[in-house]
Amino acid sequence: MATQETSQSATFRHAFGNVLSFAVLLLIGVMAFSIRLFSVIKYESVIHEFDPYFNYRVTQVRLVFVYGIFANSFLRDQFVYPLGRVIGGTVYPGLTLTAGTLWRILNSMNIPLSVETVCVFTAPVFSAFASLATYLLTKEIKGAGAGLTAAALLAMVPSYISRSVAGSYDNEAVAIFALIFTFYLYIKTLNTGSLFYATLNAIAYFYMVCSWGGYTFIINLIPMHVLLCIVTGRYSPRLYIAYAPLSLNVVSIRMLNITFRREKAASSQASSLISEVKLGIVRVVMVVLGTLLAALVPVVGFNAVMTSEHFASFLGHAANLQMSFSNSVVFIIIHVVALVYYIKGILSPQMFKVAVTLVVSVGMVVCFAVLAVLIALVASSPTKGWSGRSLSLLDPTYASKYIPIIASVSEHQPPTWPSYFMDINVLAFLVPAGIIACFFPLSDASSFAVLYIVTSVYFSGVMVRLMLVLAPAACIMSGIALSEAFDAENFLIKAGDTTKVTQNDVKHEKSEDTIKERSSRKSKKKDKENIERPSLVSQVEKRLLVLPLETSVIAVFLLVLLGAFYVVHCVWAAAEAYSAPSIVLTSRSHDGLHVFDDFREAYAWLSHNTEVDDKVASWWDYGYQTTAMANRTVIVDNNTWNNTHIATVGTAMSSPEKAAWDIFNSLDVKYVLVVFGGLVGYPSDDINKFLWMVRIGGGVFPHIKEPDYLRDGQYRIDSQATPTMLNCLMYKLSYFRFVETDGRGFDRVRNTEIGKKHFKLTHFEEVFTTHHWMVRIYKLKSPRNRIRGKTKKSKSKSGTSTSSKRSGTRKKNPWQ
Amino acid sequence: MIKISLCLFLVSVPFFAIICSAFSEDRPTDRRVLVLLDDFAIKSSHSIFFKSLETRGFDLDFKLADDPKLALQRYGQYLYDAIVLFAPTIDRFGGSVDAASLLEFVDSGHDLILAADTSASDLIREIAVECGVDFDEDPTAMVIDHTNHAVSETEGHHTLIANDDFVNSEVILGSRKIEAPVLFKGIGHSINPSSSLVTKVLSASPAAYSANPKSKLSSPPTLIGSAISLVSVVQARNNARILISGSLTVFSDRFFRSGVQKAGSTTKHEKCGNEQFFVELSKWVFHERGHLKAVNVRHNKVGETDEPSMYRIKDDLEYSVEVYEWSGSSWEPYVAGDMQVQFYMMSPYVLKTLSSNEKGLYYTSFKIPDVYGVFQFKVEYQRLGYTALSLSKQIPVRPFRHNEYERFIPAALPYYGASFSMMSGFFVFTLVYLYTK
Repeated sequence: MATQETSQSATFRHAFGNVLSFAVLLLIGVMAFSIRLFSVIKYESVIHEFDPYFNYRVTQVRLVFVYGIFANSFLRDQFVYPLGRVIGGTVYPGLTLTAGTLWRILNSMNIPLSVETVCVFTAPVFSAFASLATYLLTKEIKGAGAGLTAAALLAMVPSYISRSVAGSYDNEAVAIFALIFTFYLYIKTLNTGSLFYATLNAIAYFYMVCSWGGYTFIINLIPMHVLLCIVTGRYSPRLYIAYAPLSLNVVSIRMLNITFRREKAASSQASSLISEVKLGIVRVVMVVLGTLLAALVPVVGFNAVMTSEHFASFLGHAANLQMSFSNSVVFIIIHVVALVYYIKGILSPQMFKVAVTLVVSVGMVVCFAVLAVLIALVASSPTKGWSGRSLSLLDPTYASKYIPIIASVSEHQPPTWPSYFMDINVLAFLVPAGIIACFFPLSDASSFAVLYIVTSVYFSGVMVRLMLVLAPAACIMSGIALSEAFDAENFLIKAGDTTKVTQNDVKHEKSEDTIKERSSRKSKKKDKENIERPSLVSQVEKRLLVLPLETSVIAVFLLVLLGAFYVVHCVWAAAEAYSAPSIVLTSRSHDGLHVFDDFREAYAWLSHNTEVDDKVASWWDYGYQTTAMANRTVIVDNNTWNNTHIATVGTAMSSPEKAAWDIFNSLDVKYVLVVFGGLVGYPSDDINKFLWMVRIGGGVFPHIKEPDYLRDGQYRIDSQATPTMLNCLMYKLSYFRFVETDGRGFDRVRNTEIGKKHFKLTHFEEVFTTHHWMVRIYKLKSPRNRIRGKTKKSKSKSGTSTSSKRSGTRKKNPWQ
Repeated sequence: MIKISLCLFLVSVPFFAIICSAFSEDRPTDRRVLVLLDDFAIKSSHSIFFKSLETRGFDLDFKLADDPKLALQRYGQYLYDAIVLFAPTIDRFGGSVDAASLLEFVDSGHDLILAADTSASDLIREIAVECGVDFDEDPTAMVIDHTNHAVSETEGHHTLIANDDFVNSEVILGSRKIEAPVLFKGIGHSINPSSSLVTKVLSASPAAYSANPKSKLSSPPTLIGSAISLVSVVQARNNARILISGSLTVFSDRFFRSGVQKAGSTTKHEKCGNEQFFVELSKWVFHERGHLKAVNVRHNKVGETDEPSMYRIKDDLEYSVEVYEWSGSSWEPYVAGDMQVQFYMMSPYVLKTLSSNEKGLYYTSFKIPDVYGVFQFKVEYQRLGYTALSLSKQIPVRPFRHNEYERFIPAALPYYGASFSMMSGFFVFTLVYLYTK
């Protein structure tokens, strides 16, 4: 909307606003980066948690070899002992490629950083980028002021911080940036109708696919939005341009996926991953730069994809059929609509009517046929073509009912209400206001934002992990809400000051503004923006002008307070809640700070005291760490693709000693590692995870029955525990010699005395226990050299003088 | 080269390391033997047996079992390679030796010959039990056989048994058939049926039973028939060998020289089988026979000679191993047709019988299955009387590389067709769009 205002001051103000925006953005970026450094400052520059260790290792390996080898690299015996693992086919390459490229660039600039350092700081750097992307996206939706507010909010939203503190080298670190940026480019394309942005969009989406499984969210959200636009009669060629290239990209991405899965299934089909990726890129670029004739390709590609999908769907790769479904339907619809609009343009109204009846009748028939085929395809696959993880998205109880391995991961659980407050804090209250603001007026872009927040709220309610997807949406909405509110309030305050309000007065009032809060500074700029859209602002004005000045001041004050509260909470969350590397733990007690470095102690012990070829069995949570830090081969690791294998370990842990020994021995295991928190009160230890071992093990090996371990419906390790529980390997390895620590075996996690206190191990021997007993390592005893005869040592014999000493030393019954 | 493969072999066979602490690897036969006696009279009354050992090159060290200076090791090193325990009545050993240290001796890979007798002490019985052999708990019981006893003037209780129920194993008893029955007079034992390590070498006839010959049989005897073993051998998991006999007198010169005539049989043998039986058995116990070693475990792709660090699925490979048997003085090629190799990952994916070139080399070749993962070449060779061979060698198998898949397969033609038709279509469209107006 062009303004008549062409005076010198307006230009100056515009320029000043841009510079200010830039400066603020820069500051936001710095803040986003630095707020994530608490972990490095408080602890040290280490990689956190479990999965990041794997990514780090892959990055290391990747840097040693060129990409081609990476795609194929079969990381020898280091990963998942007997089964092996093809890295190229089971890892999203985006993160490692990004960090690797960063490292290379830095090195070529003669900045010699270690790979680990680069990996540690990748996430903070990308969260700064994510803030920038949020600014751009929100700017497209509601203007620069909202953009800056949203960027500032995102820079410190706890939910995002939890996944992107320095050291948290996980896919999400780069994926959230990619997600927001893809959305931005989509909106940008939608607003401008530019093929250039469409191309960028396709590429950004491609990057997203390379980075994180969450890309399915994008590729479901965008068709939904397209459908929404069509249904609400907002179809435009811009929409087509925004959607079609992306959708085509989807096709090639799907090809990539098929390659992934094909390698997983070790079936030798079709061509390679690399060439497929190249083909994908080439095709996308070609298609995007080409014309609408390109629509020829997806149809072919689509058919192929459909069949391949179906062919591979039983392998359960995430949500692919679902993607095909929503995509295909929307894709067809948008073409039909495009065609209708086009024909409407050429034909006369009467002719159009005839054509419509013709097309509708034919179209109906075709649609039904296609639908029937699709339904038949879907119905014929056992899981209806849906993977467990996607199914649990639709039916939140699905996983807990059927797939314990998905339910066992805490981040796949539905979140509790406090976790919303913890993770998005005051944003939760601002979001509804933002949604309302999006409806005044409803544009394509703002409808997209609304759709985004609505779907992400649902998904976050299913899985706590998807809170991460909600966070940017909440930030955008809150940014819009805050900025709109400040707009209105500021305007009112100024209106109160000057009796005669005209729009032009606003500019010379701005210097008198006394509010120092950062977000209000942004809202000033928002004013400037809004001057160029007087119709919008004046609407708001008219309704809000009825409020008295005092109310406005109080409202502004409250909003600032809200913002301040948010900042305080975020800083606290960043500093205290989310910065622990979880490999080093701390606890505060009356006599100061305690540091528990048991994990690294144990891993160091393993790497120094065991043979290079030795295999270490533990619950899968510790697989990646053992691989990366102890450099030993593990039996199962955090990549949970092989349920049976994990179930085997779960079964071993839930079996009696002898049976467990047999299982481990058949897997060539030398050492068993258990994590035990009973002495120091570390709650996420193996006993607390034990129910999942039983469930996952029992899911595959039915002789493990969960009721055997339950007393009154719960797992107990006290004197009420079932004999099965007290005799299972996990109990024994956890509590072996535990009674020696305090004389009565009091477990500080379960707050109870253990059930069986004195026992011996016959097939395992303790080789290492860390300082705080948090990690205990056992070695499998080799089978006895001799097999004893049947004769029991009679009591009379041991009573004789000759053998009393011997029977004392060679006591066979461990349960005495 | 041989050295290197030997090292590999050592690493791959964990148990073998223990053996090596017992023998020199090249000469597994024992050399220094400690003989523990009740009293020195046994030295002369069993001289034939001892002489046969000495003539075979063993260095016998006779000691009283309760010698207070008795010691098995000094400075952590064992002083002996084997023990002959001819002291059935001993209640406790002299010096620092006890049952535990004796079993420790066995567990570190050394051999033991143990003879019990009617008066066997708890100590001897306990050692036997630890090895998997249960002597009859009744201390007065002897093995009685009313059908297979030896014809004798003095013996009226039929406790002097003439038995020829030998184990059917050339490697344990030597290739020469033992013609005459073996005389036995002593206590019987049973072996733990769940134990795969114990073997009955001389079992009693089905008519035998174990009871006190002097008293009347009040209740049915616990040990009856061929469940009774008279002489058993044990090969522990670390290949230590133990001979357990229910009688010491069977080793005596009197028995060695005695003739034998089985009751109810007309053939009278001038000399009973005892000498041949026990001498051959002692050869086995002291590793002069049945000791195998495997060297030069190799595998490579067909057509190559170097051992790769990794295979690809569907590779053709060759596997070979050389197996030798110790003959008492040299390593001879071991010839058998039943050695198998497994290509193993949690379960054997390939199980092939190795072909032999009769010179100790075993070889085979096969195609790796279409499964990737970390595999092992496993040879588990356990035969009665032979030391267990357990070789495993780990090798990862990777899937195809991206450029190893077949290109231009017919199934992909639609894809190619789509690509090229679109390209040409686009080209034509551009021409039409730009130049027709």
